[in-house]
Amino acid sequence: MNLNFTPEENAFRQQVREFVASSLPADIQYKVVNGLILERDDYVRWQAALHARGWGGSSWAAEFGGPGWSAVQKYIFEEECAAAGAPRIIPFGVKMVAPVIMAFGSPAQQQRFLPHILSGREWWCQGYSEPGAGSDLASVKTAAVRDGDSYIVNGQKTWTTQAQYADWIFCLVRTDTEVKPQRGISFLLIDMKSPGVTVRPIITMDGAHEVNEVWLENVRVPAENLVGQENQGWTYAKFLLGHERTNIAGIGIAKRELARLKRIAALEMKNGKPLIKDAVFSARIAQIEIDLLALEITNLRVLSAEEQQRAPGPEASILKIKGTEIQQAITELLTQAVGIYALPLRREAMAAGYQGEAAGPFYATPLAANYLNMRKLSIYGGSNEIQKNIIAQMILGL
Amino acid sequence: MDFSFSEEQQMLLDTTRRFIAKEYSFEARRGFRRQADGFSRDIWQGFADLGLLAINIPEQHGGLGGGALETMLVMSALGEGLVLEPYLASAVLASKAVTALGNPRQCAALLPALASGEQIAVLAHDEPATRYDWKAVATRAWPLGDGYVLTGHKSVLPHGTSADILLVTARLAAAGQPGALAVFAVARNTPGLRLLPYTTVDGIPACELWLDQAFVPAAAMLDAADDAEPALSLVLDAGLAAVCAEAVGALDKLLAATIQYAKDRKQFGTPIAKFQALQHRMADMVLHIEQARSMSYLAVVRSEDKDAATRSAAMSAAKVVIGQACRFVGQQAVQLHGGMGVTDELDVSHYFKRLMAIELQFGSTDYHLEQFAGQLA
Repeated sequence: MNLNFTPEENAFRQQVREFVASSLPADIQYKVVNGLILERDDYVRWQAALHARGWGGSSWAAEFGGPGWSAVQKYIFEEECAAAGAPRIIPFGVKMVAPVIMAFGSPAQQQRFLPHILSGREWWCQGYSEPGAGSDLASVKTAAVRDGDSYIVNGQKTWTTQAQYADWIFCLVRTDTEVKPQRGISFLLIDMKSPGVTVRPIITMDGAHEVNEVWLENVRVPAENLVGQENQGWTYAKFLLGHERTNIAGIGIAKRELARLKRIAALEMKNGKPLIKDAVFSARIAQIEIDLLALEITNLRVLSAEEQQRAPGPEASILKIKGTEIQQAITELLTQAVGIYALPLRREAMAAGYQGEAAGPFYATPLAANYLNMRKLSIYGGSNEIQKNIIAQMILGL
Repeated sequence: MDFSFSEEQQMLLDTTRRFIAKEYSFEARRGFRRQADGFSRDIWQGFADLGLLAINIPEQHGGLGGGALETMLVMSALGEGLVLEPYLASAVLASKAVTALGNPRQCAALLPALASGEQIAVLAHDEPATRYDWKAVATRAWPLGDGYVLTGHKSVLPHGTSADILLVTARLAAAGQPGALAVFAVARNTPGLRLLPYTTVDGIPACELWLDQAFVPAAAMLDAADDAEPALSLVLDAGLAAVCAEAVGALDKLLAATIQYAKDRKQFGTPIAKFQALQHRMADMVLHIEQARSMSYLAVVRSEDKDAATRSAAMSAAKVVIGQACRFVGQQAVQLHGGMGVTDELDVSHYFKRLMAIELQFGSTDYHLEQFAGQLA
């Protein structure tokens, strides 16, 4: 039994740390560390910096321009980036559609799409959920009907993150209505500039515009944009679920946010003492830190199994549930730390370069919005209820 | 033992509910938010016409001389409607503060306009460093000539921007020592007031308030008592009982919405209400809400108890139970609505945000746990 990283892994960690310290723009880091609003350009700049270093696709194999890292190296990379205040990589291009194109796409699709994903030149969004297909994703109705050398697509996708910025969308579409739902789904790549594609913002409770509805009306899509085989789309979607899940726990993000909580608790005063010295409050922080420690070790166990070629599967559900609960608990405790100053919700004060007056301490500014925004963690990516179903079925055999 | 309401009380509840049902749809509320005050003056007048603004004002000053139970009934209906108007701030807290602390002349001067809705008053007591300890105010009042100079900073003041009169808590400064706690009725146009307006997470217009050496005449100090603390304690507990009732109204609505959604929403070929895991979650919501309702009743009864220790323990207990209900029911209602729950479009998140705000005001759950724990032994 050995809980330590190897000397090589530690050296790699140091390498990543040095890279982030020298390449992460200070203004982006400030926003991420302090829970402020990130702009499209912030993600573009960070992706460009990673790409320049050859790290634009951290999980990509060398043959596709990736660094060819081990599972542990990928974990270390994610953790160090998050902890240092690098923005979370938008996953839809680099972590979702790219692995599918690599595994199941044609050489032409690989050449057409992968380089622009890696460089960040083309943005992707995920056309999965529909109003009637949330947890029951297989019930998607958006239809793709073959017409000569095209598909004609009609339907509506929802909860599409950053569709307003995206150049392309990868969609689960129905190509056969006669069979069991999972057997009639295809994986189609659609240019967002195609006639018939309309994006409508969905504003979330924190006032942010992150997600959208994407309406597809008689959108003509070249047949060569079908990935793999018709009616095999569900297999590719499931491949994605098993792939790239070991960082689902978000350890690095949780560590960074926990550090923020401790800093704020050290600055807030209660009865003449820093809040972090208060018995009740410090016990609450302790519980979160302990839960995170346990999750970190569980995550390493899953990684270790992956390194030994034991394919990770339903354990990812454990990581997802605990990881999201811990992150949500931190956002909640942050609001408690500042008390009534968690109440003002001023998005204009959360934007870069705001020079106006703060309502209360500056660090209190984004806490309500952060808490509200993070309610999505237990809902998306397969809700925590679905994750528990997976545990019950796949781990417990019930 | 009797947990029923009298005919008159039931009528008050029904009338208020009917008004809300007719005038305060969720879409109407969206419109009210966009108005200059951040709420509707027409609705405020509607409350006045129904006599709701007169409940916490004595009859001799144009009021109805009602009490905590009547307030609870009205507040529960307002909580159901997610009402934006300054009822709690002006018709409960400020009205009670003036009634309790004002001398007869001051009451006669201030209360009729509050009862009629012509004027709005707001009690400003929270400060950056008090952390819910309302006695620990740093705002100071120095005697000067025939009045006082006030300096201080009041935090997160709901409806402060609409107030015609700000009731400011301050300690009288004398020979370097903070003295007795007092409440000053400060007119909005007093020189030396500075406001930073914003909206709170629940959509209510609020502000920071600075008093920078603001001079007020001697008559501004509500001086029916030498020390405002005992009376102010009762006023704040009345406010706490009122907000507990508001929370219960919102909790009831949120549960009803969640049940309906679960029945309507079909996934995997069935309404999600059929899934036992979600049924148990909704049952857990029932447990929280019924306990919250019980403690809301207790808060009403104990809020007028003259014995400060008994009153304080009961009020803290109520806020703990209600605070925990706000958090659990609010979060689970969002969760059970799936993606729809996090949207601004649906009313669920707006109830969630109001419950979040209630938990953080009048003392958080942890604050009241500590208060209650303090009198255990």
